[in-house]
Amino acid sequence: MDFVEILASSLRSAVGVPAAAYALAAIGLNVHFGYTGLLNFGQVAFMLVGAYGTAVTVNEGGPLWLGLLVGIGAAVVLGLLLGIPTLRLRTDYLAIVTIATAEILRYVTRSRALEPLTGGVFGIQKFADPFFALNPIPPGRYGFGTFNFGHRQLWVMAVGWLLVALVLLLLTVLLRSPWGRVLKAIREDEDAARSLGKNVFAYKIQSLVLGGVIGAFAGMLLAIETQAVNPDTFISILTFFAYTVLILGGPGRILAPVVGAVIFWFLLQFTDGFLRGALEAGWLGGVLEGNEVAAVRFALVGLGLMLLMILRPQGILGSREELLTDER
Amino acid sequence: MPPILAYLLSGFLLFAAPAAETIGGTLTQGGPAGDPVPGVVLAVSDTAGFSGTAITAADGSWEAALPGPGTYRVALDVSTLPEGVALRDPDRSVLEGVEVRAGQHKSVVFALGERLVDTAGWATRLLNLAVKGLIYGSIVSLAAVGLSLIFGVTGLVNFAHGEVVTFGAVVAWYFNASTVGPGLHLLWAVLPTLALAALLGGSLERGLFRPLRRRRTGNIALIVVSIGLSLLVRHIYLILVGGASLTYRQYAVQPQISLGPVTVAPKDLIITLAALAALAALGLILRHTRLGTAMRAVADNKDLAEASGISVDRVILYTWALGAALAGLAGIFLGTTQTVQWDMGFVLLLTMFAAVILGGIGTAYGAAVGGLIIGVATEASTFWLPVEFKVVVALAVLILVLMVRPQGIFGVKERVG
Repeated sequence: MDFVEILASSLRSAVGVPAAAYALAAIGLNVHFGYTGLLNFGQVAFMLVGAYGTAVTVNEGGPLWLGLLVGIGAAVVLGLLLGIPTLRLRTDYLAIVTIATAEILRYVTRSRALEPLTGGVFGIQKFADPFFALNPIPPGRYGFGTFNFGHRQLWVMAVGWLLVALVLLLLTVLLRSPWGRVLKAIREDEDAARSLGKNVFAYKIQSLVLGGVIGAFAGMLLAIETQAVNPDTFISILTFFAYTVLILGGPGRILAPVVGAVIFWFLLQFTDGFLRGALEAGWLGGVLEGNEVAAVRFALVGLGLMLLMILRPQGILGSREELLTDER
Repeated sequence: MPPILAYLLSGFLLFAAPAAETIGGTLTQGGPAGDPVPGVVLAVSDTAGFSGTAITAADGSWEAALPGPGTYRVALDVSTLPEGVALRDPDRSVLEGVEVRAGQHKSVVFALGERLVDTAGWATRLLNLAVKGLIYGSIVSLAAVGLSLIFGVTGLVNFAHGEVVTFGAVVAWYFNASTVGPGLHLLWAVLPTLALAALLGGSLERGLFRPLRRRRTGNIALIVVSIGLSLLVRHIYLILVGGASLTYRQYAVQPQISLGPVTVAPKDLIITLAALAALAALGLILRHTRLGTAMRAVADNKDLAEASGISVDRVILYTWALGAALAGLAGIFLGTTQTVQWDMGFVLLLTMFAAVILGGIGTAYGAAVGGLIIGVATEASTFWLPVEFKVVVALAVLILVLMVRPQGIFGVKERVG
């Protein structure tokens, strides 16, 4: 087994585009879950409308910048549609409604009725050429040893992580403002916030929309990198991966999603490489076949999520004192 | 070149290049010996981003080259089928989880039938859909009742309940049809499966959720734990039984019988009756036994129940075991009317939520009635809407109920905000 290669590919994953996209999705969840206490299980729905908003607009002949705006607008609309009927309900209801909405959107997107617009089960491909045309990086591969990236990949990565940095900067300012303090107050005790005359409902809606738009950025980034959208990419497991990323980092901490995403993707790729290597070396002795490695990865993510939530719900960066999950 | 030589040569070539995996098949109308169907578009893709297409040739055959071994998804573009030709089962235009091993030329089958000409009147068709809905709904009810009971006594929204349903189906499959299993008749496999499902429910409570309750872990954290559990267990099933659809050795294919205007397979009829009987038995247990009374007391007010001498922990344990056994039974039923798949329970989960919330979360009777309504509503919706919107209908009902009457049909109005 080539440990150097496994390590290199794990590092590539840790800083790659999917890690940046998951960081964005988890930043959105952090606004919902970490700062406001909203259990949004439908983050993937925001990613879907972001990705499809972009892809469909470009596919219908619009420019890419308009597509990005449409994606953002769609996420705002989705946040309002989701929030207005459900945010008055208890948290577990919100969880069920959001996951149900995500599934509805996926089914509708892949339906034959919408195939002229969304491409149905086949999705839409090759819509991000204008983005790659802007690439200032000269063609070639950059890096050292096997830790290297092509110029296209590097371009998406740069934009992706820049976006992460900008969003984090904006959030830091927002969450330190009185507005952010009200969000935390709602997380700690909704009734107390309400009794101080705060319009809890309005703040929750704003939080849902803000985190949803950040989630839409994640969807756009994934779509642009692969130049493809397919409805069956946007399954609810994505939401739970984002939760794992967030809880790994520590909900309610500004940098948690970034730390979580980097570690998550490193571990995911490392497990994958290690298992495949062990498989080729014959260490697993027929217990596992090649196509089962992916399933093992998913199972381990599930186990990790459980153990994190039980043993260290404050994640790597969080503190026990500031925690929303105990004694409710 | 003599044909025999060409045959040998092609065989040699296949041997010489064992790494080139493909997926292919032949589309014929009405059985393997039927007329070939050319010009149909198929799409092959995987989760890693690969996608390819193939078009059926004049002899109906098609083949798509793959980047390597793995699990693929094959979709038949129904709109490219010629007029008068349709899939025998309209739900199976997409085959998920097609596994291709190294060097394999995997063949997959899309069964085509002649398009059914609707000679029946709309009333008959609607009646048949309603019966189909009752069959499905009774299974949903059975599965959902456990979810609702467990929520009632513990307040836990268990996202891993679908995996308990799958557990029943998969364990019964092991007893019945697995090559390493004992090969029991399906009917004999039911009882040990239910016992194991009850054991699973009890162990989840004793080993996982009771210790967490003791540590005063909050409800939100418990929901996230149940999500992790669901992911873990579901993919263990995937590793154990693979991604393909499995069938039991008995009752897999059964000709339908006509009862007046209704056509139905006998197994579906018996399953519906058995499910309704199990629900009725549960109702009697809840009403007339000490355990049932205790369950209702704990669900109503935990502290008061504790104070009046009920062992709350024991009641919760029994509720878990009972709920899991019912879910396991639903799994066996679902595996019999449809097929056994590693993610069948997870697919059912949101429909169960819809049933539970429609009936009123925490109420057992509500979940049962809610399941039947959801079943009939989703099936009947196919009268007006395309089949692919079935799940959408169930989930739309769920959201509508939460907007209009969040306590459900049978729930007592209380502040849930």
